[in-house]
Amino acid sequence: MALATPTGSTRPLPLLVKVLGLGTAVGVAAALTPTLLLQDQWFFLVGLWVIVALLVATYATGRALPAKYLLPGTLLLTLFVVVPIVMTVQTSFTNYGDGTRTSKEETVAQIVGSSVRQTPDAPRYNLTVGTTGSTTDGPFTFFLVDPETEAAFAGTPEGLEELDPDAVTLEGGFVRAADGYEILTGVQLNDAGPALQDFTVPTDDGTAIRQLGISQAFEGTTTLQYDEAADTITDTETGTVYTVQQQGDREYFVSPDGERVSDQSWTANVGFRNYVEILTDSRISSDFLRIFAWTVAFATLSVVTTFGLGLLLAVTLNDARLRGQKVYRALLIMPYAIPGFISLLLWASFYNRDFGLINDVTGLDVNWLGDATMAKVAVVITNLWMGFPYMFLVCTGALQAIPGDLQEAARLDGASGWDGFRRITFPLLLVTVAPLLVATFAFNFNNYNAIALLTEGGPYSPDNPTAGGTDILISYTIRLAFGAGGAQIGFASAVSVLLFVITGVIAALQFRATRALEDVN
Amino acid sequence: MSTPTSYPQDLAPEESVDEPDTTGGAGRTTGPPPRGLKGRRWWSEVGWRHVVGVVACLWALFPVAYIVSAAFNPLGTVVSTSLIPRSFSLGNFEELFSSPSVPFGRWALNTLVVCTAVVLVQILFSAFAAYAFSRFRFRGRRGGLLALLLIQMFPQFLAAVALFTLFTDFGEVVPAIGLNTLAGYVLVLSGGALGQVWLIKGFFDSVPRSLDEAAMMDGASHVQTFFRIILPLVRPILAVSGLLVFVATIAEFLLASIFLTETSQKTLATGLYGLIDGDRSNNLGVFAAGALLTAIPVILLFLFLQRYIVGGITAGGVKE
Repeated sequence: MALATPTGSTRPLPLLVKVLGLGTAVGVAAALTPTLLLQDQWFFLVGLWVIVALLVATYATGRALPAKYLLPGTLLLTLFVVVPIVMTVQTSFTNYGDGTRTSKEETVAQIVGSSVRQTPDAPRYNLTVGTTGSTTDGPFTFFLVDPETEAAFAGTPEGLEELDPDAVTLEGGFVRAADGYEILTGVQLNDAGPALQDFTVPTDDGTAIRQLGISQAFEGTTTLQYDEAADTITDTETGTVYTVQQQGDREYFVSPDGERVSDQSWTANVGFRNYVEILTDSRISSDFLRIFAWTVAFATLSVVTTFGLGLLLAVTLNDARLRGQKVYRALLIMPYAIPGFISLLLWASFYNRDFGLINDVTGLDVNWLGDATMAKVAVVITNLWMGFPYMFLVCTGALQAIPGDLQEAARLDGASGWDGFRRITFPLLLVTVAPLLVATFAFNFNNYNAIALLTEGGPYSPDNPTAGGTDILISYTIRLAFGAGGAQIGFASAVSVLLFVITGVIAALQFRATRALEDVN
Repeated sequence: MSTPTSYPQDLAPEESVDEPDTTGGAGRTTGPPPRGLKGRRWWSEVGWRHVVGVVACLWALFPVAYIVSAAFNPLGTVVSTSLIPRSFSLGNFEELFSSPSVPFGRWALNTLVVCTAVVLVQILFSAFAAYAFSRFRFRGRRGGLLALLLIQMFPQFLAAVALFTLFTDFGEVVPAIGLNTLAGYVLVLSGGALGQVWLIKGFFDSVPRSLDEAAMMDGASHVQTFFRIILPLVRPILAVSGLLVFVATIAEFLLASIFLTETSQKTLATGLYGLIDGDRSNNLGVFAAGALLTAIPVILLFLFLQRYIVGGITAGGVKE
């Protein structure tokens, strides 16, 4: 684009927009930096400034014109799609989940801190609690004031730090305000009680600070001592030494006679353990394989039935002599226009055994959602209703794009209508539609809504509450990750990664199939 | 990656559906105008098609009839609802707007805010990117286009767990974009900002380059050319993509159910789900009333934009 006109924006309005935009970005980043520093969020801090640098480099210079148009969308795509995918892969190599959400360092600090005993001469502090997050879940910071010296400290599970007197507002010996923090009120403090119960600030070796009542904290000695070199916790009162031992998929500090010092564990790298478990643990692998088979069957049946019905209707209604074609088309796309969650919930009520519309109208007494096979049939029927209008539109379009004289020629050659369709129209139509069929397959492979809203994965057999009769891999994964029975996030991530791989293979196959079909013509 | 779609609309059909038949009666049957066929011959060639069409319409529409019937049914249970309404009441609608546990207006407003924001972000940023891919030749152009196609095959919610963790952390730094905030939810869905690039690029390619070159000769900057010359020309495809994104966003359920758990922050999808999930058989009436109010605007929008959908997609697919 070597044109003589100026390419950089020197006109007032674009320049203003540019200055304001970049100014806002830099301003926001600068405003967030202190908070991020306080919370040691190095990952976010670096990420934030990299983004700002990219924005400035792209929009403040006159070069790299395409980048100016590509950057905003690419940034969002990277942040909310690519980064989460990378995080999912990382998590899949850990045992992250309920009971293992913290790092080993934090867990040790909590275990040791919770053993603090108050001695008669223990130093006391005036306490207020601040948070940079929510007032119920933290993260919390203890603001401590030594009543004698009026020196103010900030305490976190990482340790104690003396505060610059200018950064906080002291009133009556208490910290009443601090930059970047919200100080909890009495009511909020009460609500946060359970979370603060285990909150301790480690100080020197063997001592820690803990809350006492609502506005006091004390510094006491811990009866448990962590030996970093040996990686053991020793109880100084009984002399018991707790060592790290693997139990199941997680590690605990365990005494020689097998007693855990705490039920808290921590996030640990487990390598390929999650993957090995999926493939070798007999219970999980049989669930996984059964669910995988049904996922493939469900996706295949969804494509075949919707395409079949859509094509049938398209062929039938695509006749120039047929009056009211437009009316038929407008009515037939209705299921497509209704938001999917509505249709699915509605259909779920149709399958009610006693009062549902389907048994009511047909006079049957089928236990639709209570029987694994019938529930599968129900899922396919519902998906057929939701999916056929799309196929109908696609097929109608493809039919109209096929030159009429080709069929005319076939007819002159003596081919019957059916022969002409089978030999000429259908293959030509398939060339256009095949990529969409594969895309539909890939879509249904991960069609979480169709399962979650219709059957919730059920019916479940009493002996297996984690894998239901109509579960597909994605609904199974989501339940593992967020389900009530304890979140197994590391394991669920491994299932997700497998789904990524399978979806990727389908995508690759699609590219190949499309090219192969194009080669035919 | 696109926002989860109710069907793979992003890879939309590139053919005309409802266009006037300009290809000379192309299709399965070519034939003379309707007149001239009588009796048996009419039945065997055209009449039976009406039978199929009517049966298909009944199949497509009976759930719609059921929603209407349930919405106006004063009892509002699965037991008492049938296809044909037996009694009439507006009670279910009243409950939608008066019951404090069912803040339907709030949910509708949330949904509108989310949909509007997501549509704007996706259409604007997709149009930017499509412009770059259509008008500039740069290193990585082909690779970028293919990468986009590939990434769109992965549904965003496969990484739901990671997104949840990420936004939990965000919330600790900036509570305004954490979990249970509409802003945070919109940000998540903005991951699909480039979801419509391929569709829009096809349309851009069909706009003659000479137009923007002429504008630049006259002294317009790139930005001016883009906003004043190109964007107005591609309005139909923007409308179509906007509709597709809107429909996909209004139906988005999974991420919403993870991110928005407070009653006041819910969207229609999660709110109405919570309503019927609590009691699948007895809240049907209120649910149906809400569903009806949700679906009607979408259906109208769909019908109103139908010919643009077809026209836009067809034109978008013409070149390259």
